Amino acid sequence: MMKILIAIVVALWAGASPTLAEESVRVSDAWARASVLASRPVASYLTIESAVEDRLLGVTTPVAGHVMIHAVEKDGDVSRMKHIETLEVPTGERITLAPGGMHLMLMGLQDKLSEGTTFPMTLSFENAGEITVEVSVLGIAAEGPREVSE
Amino acid sequence: MTSGKTTHVRRIRYGLWFLVTIAALVIGGAYFVRTIGVREPPSVTTGEAAIRSEFSLIDHNGNRVTEADFLGRWQLVFFGFTHCPDVCPTTLAYMANVLDRFGGEVERVAPIFITVDPSRDTPEVMAEYVQAFHPKLVGLTGSEAAVAAAAQSFRVYYERMEEETAPDGYLMAHSGHIYLMTPEGRFEDVFREADQSAEDMAVDVLARMNGK
Ligand SMILES: [Cu+2]
Ligand SMILES: [Cu+2]
Repeated sequence: MMKILIAIVVALWAGASPTLAEESVRVSDAWARASVLASRPVASYLTIESAVEDRLLGVTTPVAGHVMIHAVEKDGDVSRMKHIETLEVPTGERITLAPGGMHLMLMGLQDKLSEGTTFPMTLSFENAGEITVEVSVLGIAAEGPREVSE
Repeated sequence: MTSGKTTHVRRIRYGLWFLVTIAALVIGGAYFVRTIGVREPPSVTTGEAAIRSEFSLIDHNGNRVTEADFLGRWQLVFFGFTHCPDVCPTTLAYMANVLDRFGGEVERVAPIFITVDPSRDTPEVMAEYVQAFHPKLVGLTGSEAAVAAAAQSFRVYYERMEEETAPDGYLMAHSGHIYLMTPEGRFEDVFREADQSAEDMAVDVLARMNGK
């Protein structure tokens, strides 16, 4: 019994972020590509993991008028962006938004996003509530957040 | 009783397999004879053979250009639009990465980005956009009809999708292929950013440029 308890505690600690030990949803590696031209939509990417089933209901950021969750549908060699209302986050699954696939599309940007800056973005989940992350603005040729740490 | 039934079933099964085999041989044989006999031209089997480089457009410096202006160089051609947040910047950054791996051989290559959204992508917009990716990248635009004709010659599909929250109320959907055309303007191959690393694509293209 004691062993099981310890195992549960260890598992909980391992899954928890340093700030909020009780949070169920983790949002990490949030990044966006720098704007090439002004007043163009920009795609932002991140990873979502949840210990319990949840649902992403919406996203806001002070830098953009509107944020949409976009999936990309491949139809032969044609890619179509498809607006999805809510994003299911199944238990224990890691959802990675990455170039060429699902992304958060920032529209109505007040200013160009410049490489090296960051901006806050708030994700609203059905169960976990609001989670705010800092999004790193990477270069226009960036393929992911890992390059930065190298 | 049980074993007798099994043998019977097995016999039926062998019989069926025999019939299926005979049918396959007959149909296959007929197809073989027909294919050999008719001698269909190769263009029927590969749609790619129909891809041509033919256009009359305006480059990002405001000059009218046609495919003839790029003959003598290997051309890397990609269609997209500057309001694209994902596939276009990803692919153009990838193309720039490939170009950087050509070293001095880059002089033998003409990388071309053709907009499918010419009403917004004027030569001035294209100039600012392509220069952000690579100094060698050439941006091409033109009238709606001229762009449609260019896309048609490359067999590139694109369409306008109404999307009320997007800037100006629409997005474009388009194919994400990078076409490699020979210095004579003929189709050589097609690449997609997700299919291989920039290094692998550069090695592949260089090998063809050097006749390997
Ligand atoms: Cu999108
Ligand atoms: Cu695009």
